[in-house]
Amino acid sequence: MAKFRLPPNSKIVAGKTYKAPPGAKDVRTFKIYRFDPESGENPRIDTYEVDMATCGPMVLDALIKIKNEIDSTLTFRRSCREGICGSCAMNIDGVNTLACTKALEDIKGDVKIYPLPHMPVIKDLVPDLTNFYAQYAAVKPWLQTRTPAPPDRERLQSKEDQEKIDRPAACILCACCSTSCPSYWWNGDRYLGPAALLAAYRWIIDSRDEATGERLDALEDPFRLYRCHTIMNCTEACPKDLNPARAIAEIKRMIAERRH
Amino acid sequence: MSLRSPLGKVLGLGAAKEGVEHWWSQRVSAVGVALLGLWFLISLVALGGLSYDAVLAWLGRPVNAALLVLLIVAVTYHSKLGVQVVLEDYVSSKAAKVACLVANQFIHIALAAIAIFAVLRAAFGIQA
Repeated sequence: MAKFRLPPNSKIVAGKTYKAPPGAKDVRTFKIYRFDPESGENPRIDTYEVDMATCGPMVLDALIKIKNEIDSTLTFRRSCREGICGSCAMNIDGVNTLACTKALEDIKGDVKIYPLPHMPVIKDLVPDLTNFYAQYAAVKPWLQTRTPAPPDRERLQSKEDQEKIDRPAACILCACCSTSCPSYWWNGDRYLGPAALLAAYRWIIDSRDEATGERLDALEDPFRLYRCHTIMNCTEACPKDLNPARAIAEIKRMIAERRH
Repeated sequence: MSLRSPLGKVLGLGAAKEGVEHWWSQRVSAVGVALLGLWFLISLVALGGLSYDAVLAWLGRPVNAALLVLLIVAVTYHSKLGVQVVLEDYVSSKAAKVACLVANQFIHIALAAIAIFAVLRAAFGIQA
């Protein structure tokens, strides 16, 4: 059966509390998921009181401040801090999003931060995305052609055709969408998930690509594609405002279209 | 522990090359259920105050009996497809999944057979 309860060694227990420094006036409470595989202990929720007078406006600013000034053992991924690398994807205030583009003022009450849901946790807020990346690789995310490239220039594409792939190609592979999808939670080993399917769609509709049929063939599967039940958490979660749910619907439409 | 590569695991046994038929059938049968269901609801309201014999007479008319049989076919087929998806979603052990899928098929076919038989018996006026 699909697992609805956490295994005993994943049950969350109460953690430590780090009080705000004396004299701090604008204090905000952060409740953050902690897990250290080397300790052999269950995951816990640590509470950090942060002085907002000396903290930047985004969730990532607070995480960096906590790591620098309060608890250096707090582990998370981050890089560009401007929403283009996708490293700092995590579950903030109950929604998967990027810590660097999520403003603290948009969150009411305590700030609750967890790793992306239903993924193996490597440490604290760092999930294991090995399977997610393999799924991306599985859709062959590169141009496939039979016509040789023109010897003197690049393969041309009209402005209209370019616009079709403009949005889907803006995916940063942060995994917010796939890890928000219940179908992906229950069957992530066989269902490719919204991110990989959006990537597949980006190549299916690329006017220069000549493997459209093979790409559709590879997706026509009750699990790889049709586990999508249009729940649309993916589109709701996408921090780049992309629409994986629509891309999946379009793929289903194309597979249906070629039968008649 | 498996030393198979992550990509190898994802590619697994390959694409089944089916799924679109199921997806399409689910939508077509939904349209059928909606249209026939609407007719059935309207009929139920109209039949509300009538006697047993009057309802039997209504059922004896070919159009009504045929539509009712079609409704049974559409509902059980649509339900079979839907329950199948739920089972595939939530039952992950292979043996249990196959057993559930077969049971799902049998139960829905049996339900359809029993319901159609009941309609036909009433429509043809056969008394027990």
